[in-house]
Amino acid sequence: MQIYLPIAEVSVNAFLLLGLGGLVGVLSGMFGVGGGFLMTPLLFFIGIPPAVAVATEANQIVASSFSGVLAHLRRKTVDLRMGTVLLIGGLIGAALGVVVFNYLKSLGQVDLLVKLCYVVFLGIIGGMMFFESLRAIRNTRTGKAPKRKKHNWVHGLPFKMRFRTSGLYISVIPPILVGVAVGILAAIMGVGGGFIMVPAMIYLLGMPTKVVVGTSLFQIIFVTAFTTMLHATTNYTVDVALAVLLLVGGVIGAQVGTQIGTKMKAEQLRILLALMVLAVCFKLALDLLIQPSELYSIGAAGGH
Amino acid sequence: MLRLAVALICLALPLKAEEVVLGLSSDKVRITATFEGSDILVFGAVKREVAIPEEPLDVIVAISGPSKPLTVRRKERKLGIWVNTDAVEIDRAPSFYAVATTGPLDEVLTNVEDLRHKISIPRAIRSVGAPGSVEDAQKFTDALIRIRKANNAYQMLEGAVALDEQTLFRTAIELPANLTEGDYRTRILLTRQGRLVSDFETVIDVRKVGLERWLFTLSREQPMLYGLMSLAIAIAAGWGASAAFRVLRQN
Repeated sequence: MQIYLPIAEVSVNAFLLLGLGGLVGVLSGMFGVGGGFLMTPLLFFIGIPPAVAVATEANQIVASSFSGVLAHLRRKTVDLRMGTVLLIGGLIGAALGVVVFNYLKSLGQVDLLVKLCYVVFLGIIGGMMFFESLRAIRNTRTGKAPKRKKHNWVHGLPFKMRFRTSGLYISVIPPILVGVAVGILAAIMGVGGGFIMVPAMIYLLGMPTKVVVGTSLFQIIFVTAFTTMLHATTNYTVDVALAVLLLVGGVIGAQVGTQIGTKMKAEQLRILLALMVLAVCFKLALDLLIQPSELYSIGAAGGH
Repeated sequence: MLRLAVALICLALPLKAEEVVLGLSSDKVRITATFEGSDILVFGAVKREVAIPEEPLDVIVAISGPSKPLTVRRKERKLGIWVNTDAVEIDRAPSFYAVATTGPLDEVLTNVEDLRHKISIPRAIRSVGAPGSVEDAQKFTDALIRIRKANNAYQMLEGAVALDEQTLFRTAIELPANLTEGDYRTRILLTRQGRLVSDFETVIDVRKVGLERWLFTLSREQPMLYGLMSLAIAIAAGWGASAAFRVLRQN
């Protein structure tokens, strides 16, 4: 069934959108990522104009994250206090990110920069997670206890706060910085930033994996809601019809994904996320390296 | 003999001895949520005060969507990766353009007439300001036409107009599903030996209606409200799915 999207001004198959939403929703629920880094390129691929895809995707992530976070709240796997600290950083970062984005746009080559950002960050994070998870799995097989609660420079910082759900007593400075960094990247790359946030929480803040997913989703809701409003009021590129189709699939998928997630071991979950991140990274890198079949592209006038 | 003489005089005079009487299957296209494209039937007759001249008549039908300025960019390999380098601004390019004719375009329309009336696809696109750094600006226009032809947004339908008895003509033009709103200028040209005999112009009105219209207007006029509505829908859907699943699991 074809549906004409009022803002995007294209006609697409409704079931295709429902399916895409569902698939990305499952991953979102499983890994606590918004799924934007997968969905946005997929929307480009089916012919949605990039500006509309990025803006609408933010709106859809709000829905799937909200659905996911409710499931996590019931299981008490959301660290609300940590989430709020990260969110404060995230909103500052998102606002900074928009400024950076517009500055880069004025310089030109913003598309390339976004793609390079994707390749570099997905590559680093995917690689790190993959090897770390492999090591963790090997350690559990050989019976070695994993090293936990390392004391490093992070614990020497002031403004300490107790995060009971995460079982941490650390300074608020690192979470705020993580929030700012993710917020900037999220605004530039047009995603919720979960795929950066999740590893940062595990490896930089030392939070337990089970809490990380819910907390990340909690924070993503607010950052993407902020982004949606920004896009709706400045660029008029949020297509609510597209968003509804994606999110109907997405919210159902997120519930299914959360169920699958709880039945799997943390290491397995992480290695799967790592593989997925690496696959997307590889695909984007190939696009940059291989000669495209059409060298020319049509864009709106004004930008360069 | 007399008849031939009259015909010759008519041909020599720039008088509009022949005129188009046009019919359209619809002069309005309504874009609804389930819009899947539309076939427009363009038909009509040639009204004559005189006898049919000997040279065969040709008919050209051209429909063009709203024009917009565009930027066409070209990728080049720099440091191993493919990046956009050169860009050419196209001043005006129609979002949709279809030309249907009774025969090959270069036979039914001379170059001079094409230049004057801007019928062929390259002529319908106006590009003047190529930057000095780009030497092969023509390739950018060619690429634009190539990409749009592949999307069915530009159509060259040579021989698609049926002409009966030098008088009745008809053709069907398929408007694709990815249609933008606006006035679609529809021109009908009558030619003889490539020269224009008469022309006629009308407009097909393409508009979003119903929910599509409402959402589009809201997003432009009340963006804040529209954004909040989008968020409310998202949150409600997220909560709804979560609640539904909890009920499912309890049963």
